[in-house]
Amino acid sequence: MKIPISWLRDYIDLDGLSVEDIARKLTLAGLEVDEIKYAGLPMPEYKDGEKHEFKTSGIAWDKEKLVVAEIREVKEHPNADRLTLLDLFDGKENQTVLTGAPNIFHLKGTGKLAKPIKAAYAKEGTTLYDGHAEVLQLMTLKRTKIRGVESYSMVCSEMELGISEEHEGIILLDDDAPVGMPLADYMGDAVLDISVAPNMARNANVLGVARELAALTGRELRKRVDTETGRQVDTETSRQVNKETSKHEVRSTQSVTDLVEIEITNPELNPRFVAGLIRDIEIKPSPYHIQRRLRLAGMRPISNIVDATNYAMLDIGQPLHAFDYDVLKSRAGQKNVRLITRAAKDGEKLTTLDGKERELTSANVLVCDESGSLAMAGVMGGEESEVTDKTRTILLEGAAWNPMNIRKTAQQHNLPSEASFRFSRGVHPAMAEQGVQRGLQLMAEWSGGQIAPGLVDVYPLKPKDPVVTVTTKDVKRLLGIDLTAKQIAELLTRLEFKCTVDKDSVKAETPPHRLDIGEGAVGLADVLEEVARSYGFDRIPETRMADSLPPQLGNPQHEWEERARDILVTLGLQEIVSYRLTSPERESRLIAYDDYVALANPIAPERRVMRRSLLASLLESVEKNARAESIAMFEIGPVFEPVKNDVPKEPRKLAMAMTGLRTQTAWDVKDSATFDFYDMKGRLELLLSGLRLGGVSYTPADASTSYLHPGKSADVKVNGQTVGVFGELHPLVKEKYDFEESPVVVAEFDLDALRNVKPTYGVAPVSEFPPVFEDIAIIVDESVAAERVEGLIRQTGGKTVTRIRLFDVYRDEKIGVGKKSLAYSLTYQSEKTMTDAEAAAIRTKIVKRLEHEVGAKLRS
Amino acid sequence: MLEQLNEIEKSALESLQSVTDESALEVWRVSHLGRSSPLMTVFAGLGKLSKEERPVVGSGANRVKVALESALEERVKVVKEAALAKSLEEESLDVTLPGRGIHVGRLHPSTQQLRKVMSILADMGFQVYTSREVETDEINFQLLNFPPNHPARDMQDTFFVEADGRGDNPILLRTHTSPGQIHAMREYAKLNPDNPPPIRIALPGMCFRNEQITARSEIQFNQVEGLVVGENITFADLKGTLADFARRMFGQGARVRFRASYFPFTEPSAEVDVECFVCGGKGCSVCKNSGWLEILGCGMVHPVVLQNGGYDPARYSGFAWGMGPERQLMLRYKIDDIRYFWGNDLRFLEQF
Ligand SMILES: [Zn+2]
Repeated sequence: MKIPISWLRDYIDLDGLSVEDIARKLTLAGLEVDEIKYAGLPMPEYKDGEKHEFKTSGIAWDKEKLVVAEIREVKEHPNADRLTLLDLFDGKENQTVLTGAPNIFHLKGTGKLAKPIKAAYAKEGTTLYDGHAEVLQLMTLKRTKIRGVESYSMVCSEMELGISEEHEGIILLDDDAPVGMPLADYMGDAVLDISVAPNMARNANVLGVARELAALTGRELRKRVDTETGRQVDTETSRQVNKETSKHEVRSTQSVTDLVEIEITNPELNPRFVAGLIRDIEIKPSPYHIQRRLRLAGMRPISNIVDATNYAMLDIGQPLHAFDYDVLKSRAGQKNVRLITRAAKDGEKLTTLDGKERELTSANVLVCDESGSLAMAGVMGGEESEVTDKTRTILLEGAAWNPMNIRKTAQQHNLPSEASFRFSRGVHPAMAEQGVQRGLQLMAEWSGGQIAPGLVDVYPLKPKDPVVTVTTKDVKRLLGIDLTAKQIAELLTRLEFKCTVDKDSVKAETPPHRLDIGEGAVGLADVLEEVARSYGFDRIPETRMADSLPPQLGNPQHEWEERARDILVTLGLQEIVSYRLTSPERESRLIAYDDYVALANPIAPERRVMRRSLLASLLESVEKNARAESIAMFEIGPVFEPVKNDVPKEPRKLAMAMTGLRTQTAWDVKDSATFDFYDMKGRLELLLSGLRLGGVSYTPADASTSYLHPGKSADVKVNGQTVGVFGELHPLVKEKYDFEESPVVVAEFDLDALRNVKPTYGVAPVSEFPPVFEDIAIIVDESVAAERVEGLIRQTGGKTVTRIRLFDVYRDEKIGVGKKSLAYSLTYQSEKTMTDAEAAAIRTKIVKRLEHEVGAKLRS
Repeated sequence: MLEQLNEIEKSALESLQSVTDESALEVWRVSHLGRSSPLMTVFAGLGKLSKEERPVVGSGANRVKVALESALEERVKVVKEAALAKSLEEESLDVTLPGRGIHVGRLHPSTQQLRKVMSILADMGFQVYTSREVETDEINFQLLNFPPNHPARDMQDTFFVEADGRGDNPILLRTHTSPGQIHAMREYAKLNPDNPPPIRIALPGMCFRNEQITARSEIQFNQVEGLVVGENITFADLKGTLADFARRMFGQGARVRFRASYFPFTEPSAEVDVECFVCGGKGCSVCKNSGWLEILGCGMVHPVVLQNGGYDPARYSGFAWGMGPERQLMLRYKIDDIRYFWGNDLRFLEQF
């Protein structure tokens, strides 16, 4: 929402406050100023290194160089058909100014103008925007010759002054603009671009912002329309209007209540409908200062009547709709117009004023007459009854609509508008009457029309304006500040709550322009927020909690996973985080699932389901990085197992993948082996021992893990229960990815199962006595698993063998086909210094056992 | 005989002067102190001398032997020092050649940032609370005071899950970590329903928004939320706690401001800005020349939410706040494209 400062001044005296002061106060109170755009008012100058407060843009206008001037004659240029020479008076001197402006071209050569034209005149040396540049770009007026005529100054367009992007012609100021006055004093402005939170919709208008500012500064709010009487209040800018309005009213005779009837079929959807009438209007452009304000506020001026509805909405927040009364009357067969508001029938059609035929549903509300639909209530008018250049009489609607319903309708028809924005956030029905009054007054002023006396006002559902009791104790308990009841009342009164003080409590009645105050505990929170905002968030102290401490529950799962992450990082794996959303096709490269948690409204087909396989996500990242020399990655996170028509299960998983070079190459290290099964296994062993999990065993992977190489994969079991699987990717699976040649080894763990394994604590003693080291190599059949040999050594050696390290696996014809040699380095350790003879005895025992159990032969 | 010894000594010492490396020293030792050297020959011939000559020549030969040995020792030292000096000079490296790398693992930057936040919160007495990512409308919205069709839902474009017969309570991907507030309050309240205990928790986790994926918007993002509930918790406590947190997070000198704002599940609500830590408040592209960075949203827990969590709003109060670790990282590291986070390009991840 864009609020011009000049417009705010209609309601509040801003003397002594800079634009930044205003923006700061509003921002802290919840009307966040995103940007300040200057169009004439002086801009803050930051010294080097000084702290900024707001994003700013635009330009200030030089008071000496930019003034109001009058064009007295439009003369021909001697050497150029498209240019004209203006005879202009700037308040001090006559000037000759060159221009190509099309909007005064028709006056060329017509001699001295009977009524001089007021214009924005820029003298030599003025800095403003270049009207001919593609992007906003500043330029400075310099003396030059154009087609033989000296040029040093110009009359400006809105674009050149930074008001809007209009560059179709020069600004034609209103006739009463005082010649010679600095332009900055006449219409210098700055625009606050404010984001409006849903609960602040009442402030999506100039009056609302002014009211907040009045509350925040303690200044008086000058209201245009008296809430009680609905009559115009005499203010500087409205004095003129008042006189003319009363004049028009006197001339008008027949009351609108004699001409128009209104029927509301569902008050829930349409709590109030107000209509007024104005006749004998002349459709023409609005006064320039109105057009300028509308443009600064981000709306395009159309015509005086349309502008009046928009202006009134921006001014006090009530969206209005203007019907061509003569169209309605002719539809009614020249009888009285009877408006009906009702829900649309399914399939009912209406051509809206954007020319589109829209098919409606029973969720939409219509304004109709007895021959059918006229407008989509609160969202968009219909084409047939819209205001045209020929319109002479206006029936002006100001109504209250159901916010949820308007929101749904605007979404359903994709029709976001200024009106639906406001209605869908709630406009108080009390505003309907004020809005119509304001709209009619503006129309009368700008079109010369006569307002018919009276208003048709059907108001079947008055909202409650809740009364909330707030005590000094509440303020202390929830805000942490000490305020007296009188102070609380004072803060709320500034926001137009009606307050009565009774000892330590304040009864606050919600003002009839807001719908955001509830009752009971909710109402109390609502009102306390207003107390805090009005008091100023910045004035509330910063304290440390003095409450009792909570029970210490911790989060064992989270702590355990963080520990696992730390270990994995230590093992050289990079953590990644993938999208939870994927597609069955993407996952099916690795593994196919039948059912998924599927989105009803995905952004794209390739992100339409929640992942079931963490490893599938991980492999996509491996693929993306496939050109890297070496990849070692892991991810920890949930997968999503669907449960019919309910929230899914979200088991936690760990996935790991490694491929590429085992060690980093360097300028003198050229070769490295690539990661394989045993690199992964080594890391898993360290991970599991780091998590203090004993009883781990590895067995050839179950055949159901079809994505792994059947011979190079294993199940990881803890105490006999499978907790994970790992191995080399199956060649056929690997083929489906854009991987490099080297094998891809992967692992996937069920973290919930792993976490539920009871950890084993305790450490092996570290002996003071010297150990005895011995190597032993045996030859066994290929079919004998290394784990079995190691188990036998451990069993036979008992406590004395403290370490068994397999340091070589060797195959050669010399030792026999189908045989392998396993070489172990054993560490013997005893409670005393061990003799060679003792060591030899154990060794003999081990060898005998191996010969007996697995047919091993000692290799000499 | 003695003259001969003097001659042996003289010529040996002389030839020693020209010896410059260790192998020549060995040759010299063999030829001047070896078994068949002239000096040793003198020792060997002592037995053939007369009784009178023997001690004179013997002591003379001994003197020469000691002299030669000590000269050799000296020389060995000199030669070794020279050799060392030479090798030190020759062996100097090009110190500008790159060092050899090793594979190291790193945590994802979001994890790193989450940990940073959580460790500060842990110091401040907040425990971690985690909850599910796929939620019901009831817990994600309704119990948090977002009625159906409420305009505040526009701020949180939602992914819905296909499911039948759910009516007004569809299944959705959580749009914020706030549903955890309901889960946590109910879990704590269950500990003692008549006198629910105080709560101080941090809720980290992945959230989802139905948006197009662009440099500025993502479909998933992490959030950390804090929740305090107790019998004596005020808005001033909220300000103090969050200002403390912001100063721990962004520097003790950082200016902090609280702006009134709106969230359905808190009231009063505020947004917290911290002085831009890129430019120090002087204005830069990161803070869009405002000098401030918006870092978190907060507020007093709405009475409806307290009630829904099992805490009586007439007795209990609390505050909650939420913030985005990815947003913090983007500001801190001047990352201009949010898609880097789930893109998992090692060239990005390895910079953290
Ligand atoms: Zn900055």
